[in-house]
Amino acid sequence: MEIILAIVVGVLYTAGVYLMLRRSILKFIIGLILLSNATNLLVFLSAGLVPGSPAFVKPDGVGNGVMADPLPQALVLTAIVIGLGIVVFTLALKYKFFELTGTDDLDQLKKTDD
Amino acid sequence: MIAFVALPILIPFVLIITLLIIRSDKLARWVGPLGAGLLILLSVYLLVLVREHGVIALQMGGWEAPFGITLVVDYLSALMLVVSAIIIFSIAVYALRFLPETIKLNRFFIFFFGLTMGLNGAFVTGDVFNLFVWFEVMLMSSFVLITLGRTKNQLEGGIKYMALNLVGSMFFLAGVGLLYGKTGTLNMAHLAEILKNDDQAILMNTSAVLFFVAFGIKAAVFPLYFWLPASYHTPNITISSLFAGLLTKVGVYTFIRFFTLFFVHDPQFWHQLLLVIAGLTMVAGGMAAAAHYETRRILSYHIISQIGYMIMGLGIFTPLAIAGAVFFTIHNMVAKTNTFLVSGMINKARGTYELKDVGGLFNQSPLMAVLFVIPAFALAGAPPISGFFAKFILIKAGIENGNYGITAVAVLTGMLTLYSMIKIWNEAFLKKQPENEYAKTPFKKLQFAEYFPSVLLGAVSILMGIFAFYVFDFTMEAGAQLTNPELYIETVLKRVNP
Repeated sequence: MEIILAIVVGVLYTAGVYLMLRRSILKFIIGLILLSNATNLLVFLSAGLVPGSPAFVKPDGVGNGVMADPLPQALVLTAIVIGLGIVVFTLALKYKFFELTGTDDLDQLKKTDD
Repeated sequence: MIAFVALPILIPFVLIITLLIIRSDKLARWVGPLGAGLLILLSVYLLVLVREHGVIALQMGGWEAPFGITLVVDYLSALMLVVSAIIIFSIAVYALRFLPETIKLNRFFIFFFGLTMGLNGAFVTGDVFNLFVWFEVMLMSSFVLITLGRTKNQLEGGIKYMALNLVGSMFFLAGVGLLYGKTGTLNMAHLAEILKNDDQAILMNTSAVLFFVAFGIKAAVFPLYFWLPASYHTPNITISSLFAGLLTKVGVYTFIRFFTLFFVHDPQFWHQLLLVIAGLTMVAGGMAAAAHYETRRILSYHIISQIGYMIMGLGIFTPLAIAGAVFFTIHNMVAKTNTFLVSGMINKARGTYELKDVGGLFNQSPLMAVLFVIPAFALAGAPPISGFFAKFILIKAGIENGNYGITAVAVLTGMLTLYSMIKIWNEAFLKKQPENEYAKTPFKKLQFAEYFPSVLLGAVSILMGIFAFYVFDFTMEAGAQLTNPELYIETVLKRVNP
């Protein structure tokens, strides 16, 4: 299971980077979403997967032996929420920019450089 | 008393709620500067506490150290808190006069304090994931601030700023994941303790490199700085100066924190890399600053150049060098913000940032000229203003430790700094006002309220130079604490009770 998820993380990173290198701003944002999801999966995987034994403790304080580590799951939850907020803001920014300039082309964004 | 450690985060939070409730620009005029003034008092008090106890730690929610979130203040955090509070206060005052009508003051202060909260959170937290969250708080506020004016250029600059910084955040989070996978903890002190006695600590390089890239993007070091000059000159000058003074320095702070506390397993490689990056950052930023003729662009590139000095101190890695890096950071925060404030004044008086279109300001307003000379001399490193001592300590540390290459680069980059400062001085203040549309508009006299923030920061720069001995004393304590983090670890893990 971990192998499969590791491959999924790799594929998501590849697709994300590919999309980020395209010229469209919208594709850039989709790439960003993929990158953020790949990273979330990576954090989720970091403690290893323990199927079928959630981190609950009996009332007398005795555990069930091997338990899944709840911390990475909590971290991922936070990271997902932050990612959601960021994506919403990016989309709003992209919309506003499109309204003003009518372009979705990253190559047109050259005015503030040099 | 220990609970005061949480206040740098709580005060901005309460201020945000207040501003959300009152929704009035008239009251926001008072709430903003007063709240920022409160932050100064608080951070000075924290510095006094640190002076007494060395390191103070607060376990949030009563969870013991490696399990809960710890807030820690040591010398480095306390100094950064004090200096950033001074900058936040002066910019809160500056905003009253320099924000355009289109930006509602109330809305500005909400995100201003959002940024402050993220910043202070990043300075006091003792937990790696918590640091990530504070970074995001800070980033979100800065995204809103940079696009607040909603002009084409601001949105374009905002997109570039956002894009690269978000990629940096992903690197950060991936680093956190790998770090947790390998060590099973995210508490910085606990990490330091685990990695100290681990003969396989070399395996940490995979996480360390992810953090290196993430902080490199935030701090704008050599190959990763391109978001900074593309975006810093677009927003209103108030927001530019806020970013210039504070944002990249958080990246430097995390660099110093991580690479002194727990990524110390492979010094040969990392310190060499840090030194190379530092040299390239200095030169690249300095050269680009020399090529430009728009004040904000010159100053933006110059931020990058100065980041190199801070990284250089970290790369040399002796207590004196770290002290120099800390001294340089706090000096640079004050002086850099001040130059941006003065460029805002030039713009207000003449209506442009282009150096080719202005001139003769020395005759028009000698006070403004003096206000520019102070931070410019501080940055160039002329005694007796703060920059001289900062550079002196770094160069002394470099020579003592035998890092002659980087020391030579640092000295030569000083020339580039001097060149860009003299350029602004010559063009804006000395030469005659060229005959153009800006010459026809009468010179707009500025009032004291508009000068005040710059006067304040200038005074801080001079005092840091005159009383350099005391500042050095503090930074030396910081350097000693950082190179020998025993006390930090023991305090956080509750083996000594302060």
